[in-house]
Amino acid sequence: MSEEVKKKKKYVPNPNSAKYKLGKIVEKHYKEAIEAKANGEKIGWCASNFPEEICQTLGIKVVYPENQAAAIAARGAGEKLCNIAEADGYSNDICAYARISLAYAKIESAPEQDMPQPDFMLCCNNICNVMIKWYENIAKEKNIPLIMIDIPFNPDKEVSKEQIAYVKGQFLEAIKQLEEISGKKWNENKFKEIMKISNRTSKAWLEATSYCAYKPSPLNGFDLLNHMAVAVCARGTVEAAEAFEVLCKEYKENVKEHKSTFRVEEKYRIMFEGIAVWPHLRVTSSGLKDRGMNMVATVYADAFGLLYDDLDGLIRCYCGVPNSVCLESARDTRIDVAKRTHAEGLLVHTNRSCKLWSGFMPEMSRQVAKACDIPLTSFDGDQADPRNFSEAQYETRVEGLAEVIDSRKGDC
Amino acid sequence: MYTLGIDIGSTTSKCVILKDGAKEVAKSLIVAGTGTDGPNRALNEVLKKANLKLEDVSYIVSTGYGRKGYRLANTEISELSCHAKGVMHLFPKVRTIIDIGGQDAKVLSINERGRLAEFVMNDKCAAGTGRFLDVMANVLKLDISDLEKEARKATNPVQISSTCTVFAESEVISQLSNGSSRENVVAGICKSVANRVATLAKRLDIKDEVFMSGGVAKNEGVRNAMEEVLNTKIVYSKDSQLMGALGAALFAYEKSIKEE
Ligand code: SF4
Repeated sequence: MSEEVKKKKKYVPNPNSAKYKLGKIVEKHYKEAIEAKANGEKIGWCASNFPEEICQTLGIKVVYPENQAAAIAARGAGEKLCNIAEADGYSNDICAYARISLAYAKIESAPEQDMPQPDFMLCCNNICNVMIKWYENIAKEKNIPLIMIDIPFNPDKEVSKEQIAYVKGQFLEAIKQLEEISGKKWNENKFKEIMKISNRTSKAWLEATSYCAYKPSPLNGFDLLNHMAVAVCARGTVEAAEAFEVLCKEYKENVKEHKSTFRVEEKYRIMFEGIAVWPHLRVTSSGLKDRGMNMVATVYADAFGLLYDDLDGLIRCYCGVPNSVCLESARDTRIDVAKRTHAEGLLVHTNRSCKLWSGFMPEMSRQVAKACDIPLTSFDGDQADPRNFSEAQYETRVEGLAEVIDSRKGDC
Repeated sequence: MYTLGIDIGSTTSKCVILKDGAKEVAKSLIVAGTGTDGPNRALNEVLKKANLKLEDVSYIVSTGYGRKGYRLANTEISELSCHAKGVMHLFPKVRTIIDIGGQDAKVLSINERGRLAEFVMNDKCAAGTGRFLDVMANVLKLDISDLEKEARKATNPVQISSTCTVFAESEVISQLSNGSSRENVVAGICKSVANRVATLAKRLDIKDEVFMSGGVAKNEGVRNAMEEVLNTKIVYSKDSQLMGALGAALFAYEKSIKEE
């Protein structure tokens, strides 16, 4: 046998595949930010739910600490960075994304995922209030400006006119501040164009996620957790829209050809609630796959599909992101997703990092499970601090969930 | 046909051998769990008692925390289903099972067809489990099996409010140094376990009959406290700890018939 044949074939990704394109977008996103910084441009650190469209219109480069923290945790350095923040006095009860980010701001280097240091901070509290102090502290340490948009928690189902007016005033002020910081000018026509592209991306994302409803699903739901980064950091770019459109095509094709990126027989369809356990992604995903359990429903599917017609519509979307709405709205969105995708069970990640998300989860998941008449189980974990997860406990709960689903089907 | 169920827990290993999926031939229980020689000893003991060789056993199902790495098993099934199966075999009227093991606590709800319908488990913390009682018995210089005798003598159980085992330990010490009697402290400890697991149980719809399984079920102090907080009668068997292994042996029988 010749040498070449003996060698294991190297995996060559197909450059026309959505996976490749999406990966390249994230790569390019960091690369461009690093280059811009080297060229003396001002760089921002930006909250994932801050209206990306503003920065895109102004041509300002921003990077996302939450995405970075997830990448660092997934590549195994979560604990190291958490320890650095804790040694500085931050409690280990604080969100691990915050601890990793605060540590990174201090040490300014992490081979797992580097990004340029900030010249300003863009914060938005429609996600949580931890973020305010986290961003404030970095702004103070680095003596840089913090732009903060206050989007209050919404106890009602609708977004009121007053709320839109309140947030709009802050948007316009943020634009002014950013013009001053960057020296770049706001262009209304470009903004309209960006809104259009952003909608195109969202539509494609929503369509791609909607394929989960097929039985069996043409995709492994965990794929979405990876692709999501693009929906966060590049929503307003044509490349993102195109890559998601390719993804839709691939899924459509899979349906036609009875193929799936979930490479084993789909025996169970579940809803996974919460952020991924990034430090234990392999264990958590193979714990499902080994049992033929596919995640077909996640609230992320709808969360990043922001559709709107104008500025007011855009603001309405940002006022309605998952963490800023009341239990009833949050519950109804999930019931809708679970029913649409025919989920047979609910697996809840009780995320020790995220008090906001996990705090109302026991009641909400109970209501979702009841409304959909599906069994529910939860496990303790953490999105980025590897110390808060036990593999054996996870395995038993997942196995238990599968057994209850079987038992309900009556074939155990 | 002989089938064997082995339940490898965090602190104990249990085996049950059944003949034709019905008659219990032998059982064993060794106080040494996963990662020790406990599983092997439990296996050898049960085979010896049954007067059988390993080759005589047609099918083995492993369950419990250490079920995964057990090479002799034909298959593994989670302790949730095995406990439910074992208990339903002996106590068909049971609809709620509270199982407190060495490091976890779970509550199972059984439907009208006798199948597992729902379950809840403790969070990552081991408070309210067997390990918690072990630590407390140690502080009080008592054998774990003496806790119930002490609890029986209590006149005025103290309040142990910390959920954390380490904090509860210092709470116990300060109760004793403040003059509380050992029996009142023990009863307080049992009550705190019952309280913690009862809050878990209340997340499900508790239906009668309620059965307690697992090592902690042997402790009458906890059983009584549980009856009080849940306001219901608790059914119990002296073989409570063997329910998982029994369930596994029953599954082993079903599986081997199916595979034949
Ligand atoms: S994980 Fe939760 S606490 Fe952390 S930043 Fe996100 S919303 Fe806030």
